[in-house]
Amino acid sequence: MIEVKKLTKYYKDFLAVDNISMTIRKGEILGLLGPNGAGKTTTLRMLTGYFRPSSGSIKIKNFKMPEDTIKIKSLIGYLPESAPLYHNMLVYDYLEYIARIKGIDDKEKRYDRFLQLSDLCGLSSIMAKPIANLSKGLKQRVGLAHAMMTDPEILILDEPTSGLDPNQIAEIRDIIKSIGKEKTIIFSTHILSEAEATCDRIAIIDKGKVVADDTATHLKQNSKHNSVIKLSLKGALKEDAASLLQAIDSSLDVKNADPVEEGLVSFEIINSGNRDFRPDIYLKIKETDWIIAQFSKESQALEKIFRELTSKEA
Amino acid sequence: MKQIKNIAVKEFKDYFISPIAYIVMSLFLIVTGWFFFSTFFIFGRADLRDFFSLLPIIFSFIIPAITMRLFSEEKNVGSYETLLTMPVSFTEVALGKFFAATLFTASMLIPTISYPIFISFIGEIDPGPVIGGYLGAVFLAAAYCSLGLFASSLTRNQIIAFIIGCALCFTLTILDKLLFFMPAKIISVIDYIGANSHFSNISKGIIDSRDIIYFVSVVFIFIFSTYIVMHEKN
Repeated sequence: MIEVKKLTKYYKDFLAVDNISMTIRKGEILGLLGPNGAGKTTTLRMLTGYFRPSSGSIKIKNFKMPEDTIKIKSLIGYLPESAPLYHNMLVYDYLEYIARIKGIDDKEKRYDRFLQLSDLCGLSSIMAKPIANLSKGLKQRVGLAHAMMTDPEILILDEPTSGLDPNQIAEIRDIIKSIGKEKTIIFSTHILSEAEATCDRIAIIDKGKVVADDTATHLKQNSKHNSVIKLSLKGALKEDAASLLQAIDSSLDVKNADPVEEGLVSFEIINSGNRDFRPDIYLKIKETDWIIAQFSKESQALEKIFRELTSKEA
Repeated sequence: MKQIKNIAVKEFKDYFISPIAYIVMSLFLIVTGWFFFSTFFIFGRADLRDFFSLLPIIFSFIIPAITMRLFSEEKNVGSYETLLTMPVSFTEVALGKFFAATLFTASMLIPTISYPIFISFIGEIDPGPVIGGYLGAVFLAAAYCSLGLFASSLTRNQIIAFIIGCALCFTLTILDKLLFFMPAKIISVIDYIGANSHFSNISKGIIDSRDIIYFVSVVFIFIFSTYIVMHEKN
């Protein structure tokens, strides 16, 4: 669907995107992760034809940049970062303008599409409001409606959830998931849990380079990073519990953690090997009269991988 | 072609949504009205010659104020990115915005049609120079709009766009008044480059293809320059 080869972009002397190659299949949701200034936005802007690459090629379906830029632009729905809109227009007028530019000439069709989009993005109550008066979340939804106007095959969203409150993030994420069933979606974010929850595939970009490109599960499996077990006990003494846990295996590193609730003792057990020690820990504690209040394998592994990959020589 | 129309219509409507249109229009009408009628009854001539001779200088300040937002505002807000990632070409964007500004300036001239109508009540007015004058005014407006458009494409700051636009338009306006200081060899060239002589020809009612070619080429050169700027800034 999308084929990117050796994409490079210089801003004068500054190398923003360095030799990125990747293929994105039809129907895939790709999350572009990376710290601020890693080159996510620049990459997306090149894919949408807004920036010309310094070198490298972009092929979308059978169309090539830059010869078929206009054709490619009509295949893509793009939501730029923080959804820049025309502030003096009403939401309806804005959508009308976008629909015309995007070539929906038939009045009936336009109207039908507005109804669908206003359902999907929840715009019905704000159609007659000036864009300048909308909150950030609402603007983002109008931007999303803009991107999806022609029901494009490819959606490119640049940080669609940045600056939104948790409810709005959940809403936008639901929208992305529901449209992602049939569409190819590329979106950038720096919220890892979001990428993990929505994406089929994650590409981590740092300093203009792709440092990892795989599914979230694979990334976690392949990482050499230690797994962490979080354990909180009731009715135990810190020292007793620590020595008991340490006795299970010498490769484990038992650390005291801040108690999650009052009256509990909490530990972080760092496991640098591949073996899962959870059964052993459980059996050991079963012998005592302590009560297990929390017992989980840490799910933030992706965050650690991300930090590891992107904070080198920072 | 359709895209040019879409963009032009949107930009044209934009003028009337924001207060700019009304401020600029009333300013234009007050200034021209006052300058024109303050001497009109002293000379006692039933024509619009003085009105048209005012236009180049007034346009060179008013038109940059109209065109300054065309690109600068979009670049500043970021909607420029939205616009350029839709299926439109640079040429369509530039032409759409150009037509919107020209159309707006033309519509700004419409209320002044009341001047010849009133004058026709108090004296015989020759329709030739009046029609020529309005035609010339539209050509002049188009040329200045293309200059303003170009100035706006250079920067994301509207004030800078306005100042550059004024400087360009003002230069074209006063160029033929500077002939005195020029070496004899290039006088005819400079005279041709200045907008005033071409405009005054048309506004006398002489519609010469040379003058029309001049205005069309100014428009072409500056829209093309705008296109180059858009292309290079990406």
